[in-house]
Amino acid sequence: MGGMNAELKPLLDAALEKVAASRDLAALDAVRVDYLGKKGQLTQQLKSLGGLPAAERPAAGQAINAAKAELAAALAERKEMLEAAALAASLQADAVDVSLPGRGEPVGGLHPVTRTLQRIERIFAGAGFAVAEGPEIEDDFHNFTALNFPPDHPARAMHDTFFVADGRVLRTHTSPVQIRAIEARGVPIRVIAPGKVYRCDSDQTHTPMFHQVEGLVVDDGVSFAHLKAVMHEFVERFFERPVEMRFRPSYFPFTEPSAEMDILSEAGKWLEIGGCGMVHPNVLRSAGVDPERYTGYAFGMGVERLAMLRYGVDDLRVFFDNDLRFLRQFV
Amino acid sequence: MKVSERWLREWLEVEGDAVRIAEQLTMAGLEVDGVAPCAPPLAGVVVGRVLEVGQHPDADRLSLCQVDVGAAAPLQIVCGASNVRAGGAYPVATAGTRLPDGLKIKRGKLRGQVSEGMLCSAAELGLAENAAGLLDLPAEALPGTAVTELLGLDDTVIDIDLTPNRADCFSMLGVARDLAAINGVQLAEPEVPAVAPTEDESVGVVLDAGAACPVFASRVISGIDPNAVTPLWMTERLRRAGIKSLYPAVDVTNYVLLELGQPMHAYDRARLQGEFVVRWARPGETLELINTQTAELDSDVLVVADATGPLGMAGVMGGAASAVSAATIDIVLESAFFAPSAVAGRARRFGLHTDASLRFERGVDFSNQVRALERATQLLLDIAGGRPGPVHEQRMAAHLPPRPAVHLRRERLARVLGLELDDNTVAELLQRLGLEVVAVSDGWDVTPSAARFDIAIEEDLIEEVARLHGYGRVPAVAQPAPTQLAAATETRVAPAQLRATLASRGYLEVVTYSFVDPAEQELLLGAAPETRLANPLASDMAVMRRSLLPGLLAVLSANRKRQQERVRVFEYGVTFGHGADAATESVLLGGLVWGSALPEHWSGGAARPVDIFDIKSDLDALAQQSGFGNGLNYVKAEHAALRPGRTARVERDGAVLGWLGELHPRICRAIGLATAPVVFELDATGLREATPPRYRAVSRFPSVRRDLAVLVAEEVPASDLVDVARMQGGAVLRDVIVFDVYTGDAIEKGLKSVALGLILQETSSTLTEPEIDRVVHSVVTGFSERFNASIRE
Repeated sequence: MGGMNAELKPLLDAALEKVAASRDLAALDAVRVDYLGKKGQLTQQLKSLGGLPAAERPAAGQAINAAKAELAAALAERKEMLEAAALAASLQADAVDVSLPGRGEPVGGLHPVTRTLQRIERIFAGAGFAVAEGPEIEDDFHNFTALNFPPDHPARAMHDTFFVADGRVLRTHTSPVQIRAIEARGVPIRVIAPGKVYRCDSDQTHTPMFHQVEGLVVDDGVSFAHLKAVMHEFVERFFERPVEMRFRPSYFPFTEPSAEMDILSEAGKWLEIGGCGMVHPNVLRSAGVDPERYTGYAFGMGVERLAMLRYGVDDLRVFFDNDLRFLRQFV
Repeated sequence: MKVSERWLREWLEVEGDAVRIAEQLTMAGLEVDGVAPCAPPLAGVVVGRVLEVGQHPDADRLSLCQVDVGAAAPLQIVCGASNVRAGGAYPVATAGTRLPDGLKIKRGKLRGQVSEGMLCSAAELGLAENAAGLLDLPAEALPGTAVTELLGLDDTVIDIDLTPNRADCFSMLGVARDLAAINGVQLAEPEVPAVAPTEDESVGVVLDAGAACPVFASRVISGIDPNAVTPLWMTERLRRAGIKSLYPAVDVTNYVLLELGQPMHAYDRARLQGEFVVRWARPGETLELINTQTAELDSDVLVVADATGPLGMAGVMGGAASAVSAATIDIVLESAFFAPSAVAGRARRFGLHTDASLRFERGVDFSNQVRALERATQLLLDIAGGRPGPVHEQRMAAHLPPRPAVHLRRERLARVLGLELDDNTVAELLQRLGLEVVAVSDGWDVTPSAARFDIAIEEDLIEEVARLHGYGRVPAVAQPAPTQLAAATETRVAPAQLRATLASRGYLEVVTYSFVDPAEQELLLGAAPETRLANPLASDMAVMRRSLLPGLLAVLSANRKRQQERVRVFEYGVTFGHGADAATESVLLGGLVWGSALPEHWSGGAARPVDIFDIKSDLDALAQQSGFGNGLNYVKAEHAALRPGRTARVERDGAVLGWLGELHPRICRAIGLATAPVVFELDATGLREATPPRYRAVSRFPSVRRDLAVLVAEEVPASDLVDVARMQGGAVLRDVIVFDVYTGDAIEKGLKSVALGLILQETSSTLTEPEIDRVVHSVVTGFSERFNASIRE
């Protein structure tokens, strides 16, 4: 700054030093007022121009303005820096521990039996199976007789039946829904019937209430080969892996031929998952369907059994203990 | 049915081991439950012949035996059994043997005397539950022979879980017959020659019940040796089938039952009066059974009687008075056919499940009675001697179970199975089962054997063909599914959606038993007709639930014991009312919330217990699933289980959906709760009814808000103020917000101040001040007229 007079230079240097020394915005503003305010020292310099010879005034004025500009730039720069520092300090002060737990109600969840039933329903819905329902307290006709269990038939002893006072029963299986569904919808029919069933039996591997899902298809030309295909596809969808499966002859009064279905566990053991078969002609007749015209298949599976295999539960009874620590595992 | 592998192999040749046989049986419908060795390993146990029995010098009860075990020198063995005698042969566990119970036999001293092994009882060898003394082996057994070899213990027992239709397999013969059919091999059935009578003694019979008992054969055998002992081979076979040996007359009948499937009965000849009569019991007759139970008979119970009255319940159990005992010398063997319908249900009614009833109620081969009788005679004569009388058989052919030929159509077989089989295969499979097959133009006429009670219709034959051919060989063929689009209804909310709503709001779903404790149900809900079980498992599971509340409270109690401090659960299930003639079922959605309103959190705040207002938002969320304009109304109400003053009836469009409230303090005390849970129960069927949304234009004009503080009697529900405001405000009044409720010193006792925010908006213009004032005035007038309310300045 060639034109700067001897007074101006130390003044500017002192001001710049003070700017640099300012620790906060207030101190910085005090420096600004002290030098650039109405009565500031540099402002005063401009006012003192009048005392100079006219020829020197432009140069002196220019020098003072240059000094003011330099100081203003320094102030602005310092201000920005101090503001940034203040923000940083306040951010630091207001920082939170983001690892702390969030607020509010954690989500709950569905019972594993419901979760399993919903999957079963979705899988079968894909093949056009509607969901049918029936009462949990059944009459003898629908629970037994219509399903080809005549009174005193030894097959009735396979079902440990709960009776209510009026002679009706807590349904021992979901199979009565087969009859009710045909009565209500006629044939052809393609339904599954999930629900609670009851057996008068309680030990390590039996609970007096459990869930089954029944399936029924009655149509033209339905065969055992179709049954095999649909069940195999179901288990592979359900377990989400290729599953080896076998059908072995068994006996249910309401199907003929009848089969038990086993799947091969990953440990190489055959595990029973349910029963199935071709709907017995007497059952079709009970429901008012001509067995010469239509054939059908039916199947029934234990829902807890499927849930146990799917989720590795090794004790049936835990499904009805309703221990929140168990239920939370299915959230 | 427990089947000995060795025994099976006496009758037919099959390849592979017991596991393979089990696999074959299972895959043919005779499900095998287990395959196990018939005895524990008994290496080191050999036949020992006792040469000398001397007294142990220092122990009264012990004897000192010299035992030949086939070695150069006899062993000295100290023995405590009382039945040891010189000349007898018994199992000897030699030094180094480990017995089934884990005991290791060592050379050692017993009370000072050297003992070089142990003489064993059947129990010690794991061949019986208990035993009175040493196991007597046949005297001719060669000392040193392994007991395993002598008794044929290298055998496997295959345990078959028979389905009720396969009565024909309740015997060795039946299982062998099916196994032969499965493998297509010949079955060498045991030859049963007729035994010639050596005396004339017989007991006549009158068959008085027609088809209930069309075949009755009997035979007198006099002078059997009461001291005879059942031979080891027979007790071993019985044991492997799970039957305990008693004495020869009983063991022989059990053996024949096991071998041929024919239940038999043995009477003490001396205790019979006159002829046998098979007839229906007379009402009032009683019968003391061999298990000492006295049965009160009725006219639908078939009995075998003599001149004095019923001797036994036919096909179920014999009577005590005519029963044989170990001392019986003259016996009468009965081998009859009782029809399934005459036996079915009786065993269950009297609680008498016997080997006989199990078979008769499912069906016994009615061509087999005389063969069984001959077989039993021969066995008994071999064991206990005696003089057989003639076989006395009464047979009414007209009353035998009919065996009409069943027609099997080729086309139907293929249609039901989805599998084409050639004619020869079908005929051969059926013939292997011992069925009579006649080829006809469209298929076959098949006559079932007398042993098969499960072949009556075409499908039964289809199953037989499929099962022998192998279910695994039926192809799996995907059935073309009909094209059917999904329903995606908006007029019914899916149960899954209601469940998901509650789950997303922090509820865990529970599933509780449908039967509850009647006392607890009454405590909660008061007395009312309910559906009671006739045969509950326990007294606290005796009635059907009328509400989900008992189950939810049980879940709360159980989880408090598991140290859970907050419980937030729901159940979706059926409850059971009790109408005039029938139980009625309703599907309900119930919930219970207990503990602090929010989980414990580091940001603090008092742990306020949950109240009904926390839960109302959950119910509102449920209602919102049903679509636009389906808000719930909460009306002050009373409920037996809930706290008065904190109970609401939940309504929608005037219809009652259920209730919400705090559990009654009386009940909280009774079940030991310091803070009350909030509970709710809604009719799921009603809740699921839904309406699709209906569009209304959104106003482009600004809305304004006017706040009012209304002074009104405390008992006036806020919802009534809101309703009146809406009615008075008309369409312009878009919303009413309750933003404060105050009672206290600043206002008169008995009054409350309710602060309402009125949100006003017009669809076609901006509201002017006069318009706003007019609406507010109308609302205020409504309040004053309806509730005598004033506006607090």
